[in-house]
Amino acid sequence: MHDDSLIAVRGLKKYFGELRAVDGISFDVKHGSVFAFLGPNGAGKSTTIKMLITLLPPTGGTATIDGMDVEHDASLVRRRIGYVPQLISVDGTLTAFENLMLMARLYDIPARDCAARAREVLAFLGLEDHADALVRTFSGGMIRRLEIGQAIVHRPKALFLDEPTSGLDPVARQNVWEHIMELRKTNGTTIFFSTHQMEEADQMSDTVAIMNAGKIATIGTPLEIKAKTGNAKATLEEAFIFFTGTNLQEGGTFREVRRSRRTERRLG
Amino acid sequence: MSMNLTSNYILQVGKKSWILAETEIRKLFHDPTELITRAVQPILWLGIFGEALSKVRAIPTGGYSYMQFITPGILTQSVVFIAIFYGLNIIWERDMGLLQKLLVTPTPRLSLVLGKMGSAGVRGLCQAVIVFLFALVLGVPLILTPVSIALVVLIVMLGAGFFTGLSMIIASIVKTRERFMGIGQVITLPLFFASSAIYPITIMPSWLQAVAYLNPLSYMVDGLRSILITDSLSQFPSDLAILAVVTGAISIVSAYMYPKVAV
Repeated sequence: MHDDSLIAVRGLKKYFGELRAVDGISFDVKHGSVFAFLGPNGAGKSTTIKMLITLLPPTGGTATIDGMDVEHDASLVRRRIGYVPQLISVDGTLTAFENLMLMARLYDIPARDCAARAREVLAFLGLEDHADALVRTFSGGMIRRLEIGQAIVHRPKALFLDEPTSGLDPVARQNVWEHIMELRKTNGTTIFFSTHQMEEADQMSDTVAIMNAGKIATIGTPLEIKAKTGNAKATLEEAFIFFTGTNLQEGGTFREVRRSRRTERRLG
Repeated sequence: MSMNLTSNYILQVGKKSWILAETEIRKLFHDPTELITRAVQPILWLGIFGEALSKVRAIPTGGYSYMQFITPGILTQSVVFIAIFYGLNIIWERDMGLLQKLLVTPTPRLSLVLGKMGSAGVRGLCQAVIVFLFALVLGVPLILTPVSIALVVLIVMLGAGFFTGLSMIIASIVKTRERFMGIGQVITLPLFFASSAIYPITIMPSWLQAVAYLNPLSYMVDGLRSILITDSLSQFPSDLAILAVVTGAISIVSAYMYPKVAV
């Protein structure tokens, strides 16, 4: 393990019967860096993220976050990470403040500090004027910001975001990214995100990993990856096609498509 | 595990279960329409079915009026219906992403089960209030003292807990809303009919009696009936013990199984 890496993945595997969803991958994510995780649907991205965030035990190999093993020290890992699912994970029938209080209490923040912490997060996300409004009245961008708020109320070392801007319009998208970048700047939070937006990965990340068929097809800075295609003027999208052989528009099972459309409709 | 770790774990479970149940109850207060629509069914059963069958006088109810006989049965039924469909909630939360977010927090799995059970129990208690008020309107004599009310709370919470646990197990097996609705519909009526809710077990054919004795719903009805109607509490401790044991067991099985919904 490198001294400066927060997340260390070594030979990580997940098999579902015959299917090798994740087939022995290794990589490091540096402290305080922004790491973009790309790949066509079915490449093993979600499975990898589920293992890193302790939802799914690996079939083999190891992954550690801040030195803690995701399988054997799961509860210690959980205190060090925040997770923003692609789907809507705030509760529409609670207020913004109540949504944050729930998370603050579940993360064992001392009772006397919970309210102050929730207010602090609301202010950070520019939602202080909406603290007591029911979340079902929120716009898509506000919902996403609040979801990020729920995942950072305990000041995690790493924040995992699964397609954080899917279903958002360009203005909301930019706003969400401004807050994510501010979080890294002020707290040094390591950002790990998956996306289908190549421009987003290109602009925001220090490191890009492209996964394909259960393996890491390539990893490096956006510049390095584009250079590896041999075409000096390649975009990240072209590099993606070069390394995966897939067109972005093709993939997705019925269930995935239904889910992501449902999310888009709710956020939009 | 050392004593210290064990007691820490129990404290964690208790604290987190309370946080989750309290949040669920808060949601109920933000939007109480659910409580109002839920009130319709027990009112129909008591007001129409109960009134009609009291006229027939065909069912032996041991010296009590038929309305007295079925009031605890209808209360049980409405609590069980709420609880058995409460598992649908975790499929909904999974589809939303809420469940994954909760599972990533350092919250004991058992707390998520107990939180749901507690919340279904509170919904069940709201049903109890409605059933009692309507029974009073209809002039059905019930024993309502501080002690009997406290015992009703206990039985309703345990019964709601058992069927919530059962529904979370079903949800973790079937995994989709459509299939869950199908199974929920299929099991609720047989559970209701294979119990002493609307007629005594003694008039059932013997094979159905056997089923009724295995049905936790029967012990809920029996417990409530002895508290509210007959005031003969000789059976009550065993009713309570059986409910406590099955609810405890199912919460452990459910805590083990439901995280599978998320992956």
